This record gives sequence, structure tokens and C-alpha cells, in this order.
Amino acid sequence: MTSILITGASLYGDTIADVLIDGEDIVAVGPEATGRVTATTEKVDGTGCILLPGLVDLHTHLREPGGEEAETVDTGTMAAARGGFTAVHAMANTTPTADTAGVVEQVHQRGQEAGHCDVFPIGAVTVGLESERLADLGAMAESAARVRVFSDDGKCVFDPLLMRRALEYVKTVNGVIAQHAQDPALTPNAQMHEGAVSAEIGLMGWPAVAEESIIARDVLLAEHVGSRLHVCHLSTAGSVDIIRWAKQRGIAVTAEVTPHHLILTDEKARTYSARYKVNPPLRTQKDVDAVREGLADGTIDIVATDHAPHPRDAKDTEWDRAAFGMTGLETALSIVQATMVDTGRLTWRDVARVMSEKPAQIGLDARHGRPIAAGEPANLLLWDPSTTATVDPADHASRSSNTPFEGMDLPGTNRATIFNGRFTVRDGELVHG
Amino acid sequence: MKHLISIDDLTRQDAIDVLDTAEHMAQTQSRSIRKLPTLVGRTVVNLFFEDSTRTRISFEAAAKRLSADIINFSAKGSSLSKGESLKDTALTLDAMGADAIVVRSSSSGAAHLLANAGWIDKPIVNAGDGTHEHPTQALLDAYTLRRHLVEGPTGSDLAGKRVIIVGDILHSRVARSNVKLLSLLGASVTLVAPPALIPIGVQSWPCEVSYSLDAAIAEGADAVMMLRVQRERMVGGGFFPTEGEYSRRFGLSTDRADRLPDHAVVLHPGPMNRGFEIASDVADGPRSVIVEQVNNGVSVRMSVLYHVLAAHTEEAS
Amino acid sequence: MTDTPTTRTEVLRADEISRALTRIGFEIVEAQKGEDDFVILGIHNRGVPLARRIGESLRRTGATDREIDDFVGTLDITMFRDDLAQHPTRVPYSTDLPPSGIDGRTVVLVDDVLFSGRTIRAALDALSSLGRPRNVRLAVLVDRGHRDLPIRADFVGKNLPTSRREAVRVHLTETDGDDAVLLERPLTEEETR
Repeated sequence: MTSILITGASLYGDTIADVLIDGEDIVAVGPEATGRVTATTEKVDGTGCILLPGLVDLHTHLREPGGEEAETVDTGTMAAARGGFTAVHAMANTTPTADTAGVVEQVHQRGQEAGHCDVFPIGAVTVGLESERLADLGAMAESAARVRVFSDDGKCVFDPLLMRRALEYVKTVNGVIAQHAQDPALTPNAQMHEGAVSAEIGLMGWPAVAEESIIARDVLLAEHVGSRLHVCHLSTAGSVDIIRWAKQRGIAVTAEVTPHHLILTDEKARTYSARYKVNPPLRTQKDVDAVREGLADGTIDIVATDHAPHPRDAKDTEWDRAAFGMTGLETALSIVQATMVDTGRLTWRDVARVMSEKPAQIGLDARHGRPIAAGEPANLLLWDPSTTATVDPADHASRSSNTPFEGMDLPGTNRATIFNGRFTVRDGELVHG
Repeated sequence: MKHLISIDDLTRQDAIDVLDTAEHMAQTQSRSIRKLPTLVGRTVVNLFFEDSTRTRISFEAAAKRLSADIINFSAKGSSLSKGESLKDTALTLDAMGADAIVVRSSSSGAAHLLANAGWIDKPIVNAGDGTHEHPTQALLDAYTLRRHLVEGPTGSDLAGKRVIIVGDILHSRVARSNVKLLSLLGASVTLVAPPALIPIGVQSWPCEVSYSLDAAIAEGADAVMMLRVQRERMVGGGFFPTEGEYSRRFGLSTDRADRLPDHAVVLHPGPMNRGFEIASDVADGPRSVIVEQVNNGVSVRMSVLYHVLAAHTEEAS
Repeated sequence: MTDTPTTRTEVLRADEISRALTRIGFEIVEAQKGEDDFVILGIHNRGVPLARRIGESLRRTGATDREIDDFVGTLDITMFRDDLAQHPTRVPYSTDLPPSGIDGRTVVLVDDVLFSGRTIRAALDALSSLGRPRNVRLAVLVDRGHRDLPIRADFVGKNLPTSRREAVRVHLTETDGDDAVLLERPLTEEETR
């Protein structure tokens, strides 16, 4: 393995310094890096670019096993690399469900073989996501996949006693329950946010209270049993208020917001195009403003993509027959730049926190979200914020094309993703091997 | 008018034109020869994913009286019941040379998708999509109201008329289309229902909302439109406590009908639950224009087919 | 898009129109050989005022003593046209027949200009859906030739030889504010120079 020198890039958007990588690690930063260059060192001109720790996604659907028509570990992690990610956490709602050590080890192994980024499987909380009895949380934690995040995402762990038991049990492995907060009794056949738009266009409503009431219950349960709770894809202004209150109370809760909830509203449903159908649904402008505010002030800890690929037929149909979900890995940082950085709400230093450091801490990923410093793992992203490009799913590495951002002009380009000291993306193109 | 998906597709003048054309169509329907050659050689497809005999027959009669060929493509016993997608069906109909598609679906937005997804470039008429809209029903209701409430109806709107719509507003495409059309034509609309049957977000609709039918009637009305309430679903879903209580508080009894002004009429899009949302004596009484609505439906649908198809210039020489 | 420059010639003045209609009225009565049970139907648009004017002149001259609405009506042919696709869709006009109807009677159709004959073809179809006249006659203010169909007028205000490039414009007070028949001809390139 040759060494790599990145010159002229701005670390976290703060200070310009050269960075030298050798093997799997950063070996020098600053003038010392230039001094250690050899004849075989690959040089990358990072002038005008931002150097960030490689992004970490705590919420990815890779669909394998069982959903290979939509995505595989290989294609999904290629999409992740294109998006600047060096680690993804793969959700458990596969077929079969990732509720045993066998399945999580298989997914983990497939990730290692693909080599585009680290794949950390998320284990199911309950067997088959059925909310009846706990899955083998301990076995998954002790497996080669070393699972630390557990989630029934796509379904809510609705039974309060079962949720309490899950929160208690994961303390044995220092794990965390990532809850999909949706009261199923309040959301039968729900299709979109319940409000003025759903009333007018006649789609069954998904009320904000169905999310907020579960989050309120869960933070109180987490406090009561002294465990860690992570709230997936928080989407409403009320949810931001509840998380803010819980943190003030000292409850060990973290929360995520998706890129699409930072920018799109339920007005999109007026097109009846199922590319805008997602769960939780796109909300109102007031909610978009609140989640941006929550992310800016630290109430919301991280951005996670909820990358949810689907085959074309699952989206090219009537809204109420279509699948929920959007792809997001390859557009995530552009959306965050457009909504949070270019608007002055976050600095690039903050972006490193919400898209790399904090998600790595929540997932207990030792080699990710680390400082850009000598001796640290070489998981890095070189991002050019000065460009603008039109989103075209045909350019995406994901096997699916269900992006809601098609045709939008978004800022920023991935110049290079470096995973364990080697390029997975260079000049915007995937590097294989 | 390329399509008729929603009342939003119409300006006030468009709506009046459709009603005036329907008057003309009604005139031709009293002649010895009722068939008009207007759409000879055109093929209209009735694409019904959801059973609705009366709407399908109404469109069929309308198309036939304009000399169009009509193909019925219904869910029962066809590929539709075997799960063929809307997209594949649209591609098939396009290949078969359909000139216009009348579509009925339990999915809100189905007609909008057919018109906009790029699968087929032909006029689409929405014959009811889920809980979204049913524009031809609203047009025939407005037509019926105009005939009864306005002197010299041709060219007129419904300015100043008060219409009460009662029942399951939440699940009703008829209510959504009527609120839009009646207000477009200058009428004021009051919705009456138990709160759980009024959609969250109704505040942005151009109408008033009341939880008391008696109070709404006391304020005066030129027409009362009763909607069908699906009893089993309603009570099971907890939308109201019991059938009896609903009927007592929200049903149009003879007593309530007697409190309406003499000229006021009663409408129902059918099929009716007699004795539940509407008393039989009211449904069959002198105020009722329910049977006439059915008849007017054919004239209005002839008018709509004429407006979407007559000037469709694709095949014009 | 700029309009092609045209020249306009007035081929009938107001008084000439008036005389032509009066003459047509007499010819209709003459052809009826004394039977006063004919019906005059004006074809929308400009046939309607023309039919009414013919009816009024017949009453004025004492050729008939029937009330105008008893023998003059209107005919809309929109739904019978074979060229709907080439025109913007419009609301059909009403068809108003005299109370006695048209069964067994002579019907005189009135239109402003006879050109291809397609309007009259549609009018004949429309008539047959309304009843069964004994016979049908045609009166037009201007016959400009160039028939596509085997149709001819029985009563003509003015035979006007035209080329297909020319346009005949009929103005009537009721619809256009003044009475005149104009012939428009696009200028040749030489003439525009």
C-alpha cells in the first residue's frame, strides 16, 4: 500500500493543512506531512475542499438478504462510498430478519468482502420484528458482527413492557435501542402527514402525535430503567420539543433526523408521485424549520439517511399501493450543506460532529468519527463545496432510483473517500479493489 | 379541457360551460332520436378498478348517446383482479387505441397518475379516486341544484345559495369535489358531521363546519346533501357511539326536512341507507331530487366527454 | 407571427343585403305555391339573425300573418359537425323549433355563406334527429362556390365567384355591429412591395 498526501484542504473548514496517510492510518498532519513524502506517495490536490472524517450512517437499509432486487450489500456500500461514508449501520428488516447471530454475521461478512466501507449490522429487537418476544440480543452482541445497535425499524416496539425489557436488557452489552416511533393504533393504513394537504388530496393521515407520544413514553422508560435510547428519523416539531425536555432532564437519549425531513414537506404529496412516500412522512414547513433548529442547537444529535431503496415497480404505482422509503446515501451531505451549512446553521466542524463523530459514538464504532490527527484511522472524506450538480439517479451507484431529489440542483461534490487508508472514491468515481 | 381529474382543473367559466352544455345535451335527450354523432369513431374506455355499477352505466350511456364506442374494463374477471398494475393497464389501453379513459379506483390519485405519469397521453376523466375527488358527481349535483334553485339556469352560477352537506366527510370524494365546485360557483357550503368524520386540516377548505344539523338548518338552506355513511365501518372504527345516536343527531328526519324552506331540495349521491342517514319519507318526498340526479348524470357526463374529446386534435387532419 | 397583408373589397352593402333578404323571402313564398306552413331555421351563428330578418320581411309585406316565433327557429349543428377536432371546443347553442315542430313541413335552412357544404350536411343530420320534414330547402346570403359535397342552395342572395385563397366575411348588425359582406384577398408579393 502506497502513502497518500492530501494537500491544501481545509480540515473541518477551519485550518488548511496537508495530511499524510500511510497504511490504514494518518501518520502526519501539517508541515511534517510534506516532509515525509516519498517517490511513491500519491498526491491529491485538496485546494478549495473540506477534509472531514469519513461519514457514518446509523440508519441504512442494504436490503440483503432477501431484497437484492432493490439493493445488495455491495451496491449499497458503493452508494455509501459515493456519498462520503466510511461506515454504515445496516437495518435489521431483511428477509430473513437480522435477529440471530447467523444473519448479522453474514451481513457483516458481506460488507467486509465488498470493501467499500464498514458494515455494522443492526440487530432486531424482537424476533421477526413481531413485537412478541426479544430476539437473541446477547448472541448478536457477542458474534463476530459485534452488534451494539438494536432496532425493529420499519415497525415500532409498541408494547410498553416489551420496550422496557429491551431497554433493560441492552445494558448488558452497552447497547442502544433505536426506536421507530410510530403508534400503530393511531396510524392504520396511514399514507402521509395528517394535515391540510392530506385532507385535501384524500390520503389517510399519519398524525404527528403518533410519533410524539411514543417518543415521550420511551424517554420516560429510558429514564426509569437507566438505559440508552436512540430515536430514529424524528420528524415533527413536537418531537424536537420532547427530546429537548428529555435532555434537560438528563435522560440518555439521542435523536436523528433524515436529510429529506430537513428539506421536503408534505406539499410534495400533491403530485401523488410515490417517490415522496416515506415513513415517517414528510411533514409541514413548520416541522422542517423545527428539525433544522433542533439539529443546529444540538437537540438532534445526528443526521442519518434512512436510505431505503425499492425496485421501480414498488414506486411506479398508486400512492397507497407504493412502498415507503427513499434512497439517501448519495445525496445526504449535499442536502445537509444546502439546508444547514449554506444557510449558516452549522459549520463544517458541526457537520463532522452530526454526520461522523456522534453517529460513531452512538454505534460504538472504534475506528470512525475520529479526529484528523496523526495516529488516527485514515477514514476521510474530501468534499468540494463549491460545485452544483443536478441530481440524476442514473448516475447513482445504488441499484434503486427512488430518490426524491431527482432534478434538484444540489451543492457539493465528493472528491475522494478514503476508507482505512485507501481510496474508495476518487474524483467522484468509485475505486474498485 | 384536456382532463377532468379534479374540480381544481376548472375555472368558474369552465364549470358553467360544462353545465350549459349539459343543458343542451338534456334537450337532445327528449327528442325521438337521442343519439348524436359527435364522437363517432372514438373509443372511450371505462376503466373501473372499483365496482360501481351506477357510475359505469351512466358513463356508458353518455358515451353511447354521443356515438362513441365504449369498452368496459372492470376489475371482476379481468387482469385487473389478478393484480395487473395501473401502469401496465395504461400501456395496454394506449396500445389498443383508446381515445379517452374514464377511471374509477379505490386509490386516491389514480386518475392524476394516469394523466401525469407519462404512461398514456389521452384524456382522463376521473370517475372517483379513493377519498380524493369525484368531479362528475359534483357537476351533476351542481347541475341539479341550478335547475331547481336558479331562474333561467343557462349561463348562471349558484351565487348566494346555501348548501348543507351531511355525513362522512372524511372518507367522501363527493364532499371534496362538491365543496370545491359549489364554492367556485358562488354558493356557501356548511359541512355537518361528528368531529371524527371531519378531516383534520378542514380549516383550509372554502366552507363552514358544524357539528349540529339542527343548527345548520336553523340558519336556512337552499339544499341539503346527505352522504352515504358506511355503518359497519363507522361504529367499529369508533367514529360515533351507535347507529341510533348517529341517526338521531345527524339523520335527515321528516321533522328536520319540514324545517327547511319550501323551495329547498334534498340530494343524495346514492346508494342510500334508508331510515339511517335519511328517512324514507324524505327520500321519496316532494323535496327529493335524488332520482333526477341519476338522470342528470347522463347529460353531465355527455357534456364532460364532449369537452375532453371533441377538440382533442391529435388525430385531426 | 405577422398577419399576411390583405385587401378588402365590399361586395354587398347594407342596403343590398336588405334587398337580397327581401327577395329571398318572396322566392320562398313563391316556391310554396300559397301553402303557409313552412318553417325557417337559422343555423348558428349568423344564419340566426338572417332567418329572423327574412321572417320579419315576410310579415312586413303581408306574405304571412303568422307570429315570428311560430315559423322562425334556430338550429345548432355543433354536435353533428365532422370537424370538431379542428376547432376549439365551445358550448353548443340551443336549438329552438317553432311550437308546431317540423314534421311534415317544408323547412328552409338559412346560413350566411355556402362554401364546402359541410355545415349544411351537418344541419341535415341535425334535422333528421329532430323530426321528418316534408322537404328541406336552403337559403344563403352568399354562395362562394368550391363545394366538397353534392349540395346546392335554392335561394341565393349573391353568387360570388372566389378563389380558395380568398375569405368571405359577413358582418351583421346583430352579431358584428354593422351590415356588410367583404371579400378579403391576401396580397401577392408584387403588391406588397
